[in-house]
Amino acid sequence: MDKLRLRFSKTGRAVYISHLDLMHTMQRAFSRAGYALKYSEGFNPHPQISIALPLSVGAASLCEIMDFRLKEDPDLSELPRKLTAALPEGIEVLEAYEPERKTAQLKWLSIEGVMEYDERNPAEMAAALTAFYAADSVVITKKTKRGVGETDIRPGIREIAFAPGEKAVMVKAVISAQEPTVNPELLAEALRQLAPEIAPDFARFTRLETYDADGKVFR
Amino acid sequence: MDKRLERILPRVQKPARYTGGEYNQILKDRDKVDIRLAFCFPDTYEIGMSNLGMSILYHTMNSLDFVWCERAFAPWGDMYEEMKKAGIPLYALESGDPLSSFDSLAFSVGYEMAYTTVLDMIDMAGLPLRSEDRKELLPIVWAGGTSAVNAEPMAPFIDLFVIGEGEEMNNELLTLLRQAKLEKWSKRDFLIRAAQIGGVYVPSLYEVSYHDDGSIAAVTPTEGAPARVTKRIISDLDSVPFPTDPIVPSTEVVHDRVNLELFRGCVRGCRFCQAGYVYRPIRAKKPETLIRQGIETLRNTGHEDVTLLSLSTSDYRPLSALCDGLLDYCEPRSIGLSLPSLRADNFSMDIMERLQKVRKSGLTFAVEGGSQRLRDAINKNVTEEDLLNTCRIAFSGGWNSVKLYYMLGLPTETDEDILGIAEMANKVLHCWRENAKNKNRGVKITISTSLFIPKPHSPFQWEAMIELPEYLRRVNLLRGAITARNVTYNWHDAATSLIEAVLSKGDRRVADVIEEVWRQGGRLDAWTDYFRLERWMQAFETCGIDPAFYAHREIPVDAVLPWDHIDVGVRKSHLLHEREMAYESRLSPDCRHQCAACGAARLLEGGIRCDG
Repeated sequence: MDKLRLRFSKTGRAVYISHLDLMHTMQRAFSRAGYALKYSEGFNPHPQISIALPLSVGAASLCEIMDFRLKEDPDLSELPRKLTAALPEGIEVLEAYEPERKTAQLKWLSIEGVMEYDERNPAEMAAALTAFYAADSVVITKKTKRGVGETDIRPGIREIAFAPGEKAVMVKAVISAQEPTVNPELLAEALRQLAPEIAPDFARFTRLETYDADGKVFR
Repeated sequence: MDKRLERILPRVQKPARYTGGEYNQILKDRDKVDIRLAFCFPDTYEIGMSNLGMSILYHTMNSLDFVWCERAFAPWGDMYEEMKKAGIPLYALESGDPLSSFDSLAFSVGYEMAYTTVLDMIDMAGLPLRSEDRKELLPIVWAGGTSAVNAEPMAPFIDLFVIGEGEEMNNELLTLLRQAKLEKWSKRDFLIRAAQIGGVYVPSLYEVSYHDDGSIAAVTPTEGAPARVTKRIISDLDSVPFPTDPIVPSTEVVHDRVNLELFRGCVRGCRFCQAGYVYRPIRAKKPETLIRQGIETLRNTGHEDVTLLSLSTSDYRPLSALCDGLLDYCEPRSIGLSLPSLRADNFSMDIMERLQKVRKSGLTFAVEGGSQRLRDAINKNVTEEDLLNTCRIAFSGGWNSVKLYYMLGLPTETDEDILGIAEMANKVLHCWRENAKNKNRGVKITISTSLFIPKPHSPFQWEAMIELPEYLRRVNLLRGAITARNVTYNWHDAATSLIEAVLSKGDRRVADVIEEVWRQGGRLDAWTDYFRLERWMQAFETCGIDPAFYAHREIPVDAVLPWDHIDVGVRKSHLLHEREMAYESRLSPDCRHQCAACGAARLLEGGIRCDG
């Protein structure tokens, strides 16, 4: 076995662990569970783990993907249970396997979100949100590495639907995972910029599943 | 999770420090424990989670099945503002429950600059600041840690202090608190009974009277409290519980590693060093114990580094055997082993060579005084020859950065001593020129000075701290004398030192100042981000307290000291003797060469002898 892949969920209190801290946490969890990670060669060796799509602080996920290499072949059937036992509250390893595809082929993510409205009517909001996202383009200003730029996030949203809930509107969407990356938080940010009257008081999102370019589940 | 908290967390810096949920945290059923204890650290999560004492006591207190000990830290400014705005009280990380619902708050206070933060955390818990305003038995607010060797400035706020090492004492106290809660004692009855536990100091049971000049006339115990509270220690460190499954933070903290404590106490007796006196007598752990605990902890945490802690690691007799034992485990697993607090001698260099196979970064030496005469006066047994020898080995071995730490304002210091610091830097530079392997890489010599603060229970406890303008004059004298391009000079800002001096040598009247500073917004004063000298000076004025009385006055040796009723084991006559020796610039032998009968050995129990 060379490259191995994990799928794991990150929910509850663990959603506040940043991407960088999660890498470190994973590294230590492998060690605690008795697995020796392979290190890179070179002047400054580092453990060979990489998490496919960095998750924003505060966002939950049921479908995180991490590639790694070990010094010795593990028993893949028991790895999820052993590693989960060595992880902090809120991180659960769902499966471990030898991947057949590169993570570059991961294209779409299905997500769900809760947009909280403390004072406004959820049914009205759901209708307004549906109308807002029916547009062909949603251009927002976004800070990038090169400064502030304008981005149209609409092409990166393949499906989106809203339903009223308890003091909230539930969102379900399929968004582009990479090239371009649409951070689900932008679904709320766009409202703050372009339609503050229907922007939620608070929003939180959960990644549900990963898909390839053809819309098939990515593993 | 609290809805309000959920909305705040994405907006603050490093939210993972406010959520708990880390690996190895201890969760219990809140309905099945009698005592819920909030272990409060009056600084940030990153500092508190690096503290070995907190890690040890979290586990020893949780070893009582009727206690659930959880953690609370001081939020950083952004989180503090958000919590205030949303009306969220301080909560414990494990359960998320507000501290107001707890039976007890226990503060670990290592340094005086944390005092305003202690008040702030009591307030954020929704409790009155002063002990007398908290009428009910619960929650009992108590405190321990090094700063408790002079508890007086915090006396009005804290119901009781624990003096010394807490592994046994804390559990005795919690057992009594449980009885008090179940039998519904009054707070006063509980405090009177608690004062009978060795090491427990209940300030409200002591009456303090003053002379007209402001000095203390007498401290009188009442209700059968002991005239002097004697510090508690653990006699046998090999048998005391040590957690090999500490909490592993899910976010970066200051010391993110396994800490192994080689010994408590110090054989050296440097006269300026409070720690060297208040942690006596010296007690070492066996290397077998340390190797076992180190390996177990590495396995249970997955840490990549292990550090050996003590006041003077070179004085650990089996150091070589310990390093070998640990390296056998660490090397094949790429785990780093580091040894701070090494002395500048050849033996230490050997060990350094073995450890730092890859990275040769900087060497740091605490030289403290600029001349041999001054180093003799403070009993810092480092010679210029030792230092230059070590540098020679280091430079020829590829090191190219040296840091030298000094204090300015030590008793008996003259301008000549200060100029000696610059001379020493030049000699180190010369040594590099003669011995460096590769001169193209250059050399960096850094001189740092801080202002000496006389501390309670040290031989210099009676001394006056020099005034700030004088400190600046000495800094400028040294600045002018340092000419070499490769030598950098950093000096510590003395404003915090003045406040630290007042707080460490203060009496109960200083409490008003601490409260006033807090009322004017003071918290996290150990951070330059938050410390404001003007706020303190204004508070001194408002409260009619003269900081110079505490910081810059030489105390007569026959005066009653605010901390005289706290006994850390070392006799006052020994401190006085050491002070006399300082004035004669005479060295005292370290404990191993000759026992000075300082008095601390009488604290040992069970036939255990001082390891000096």
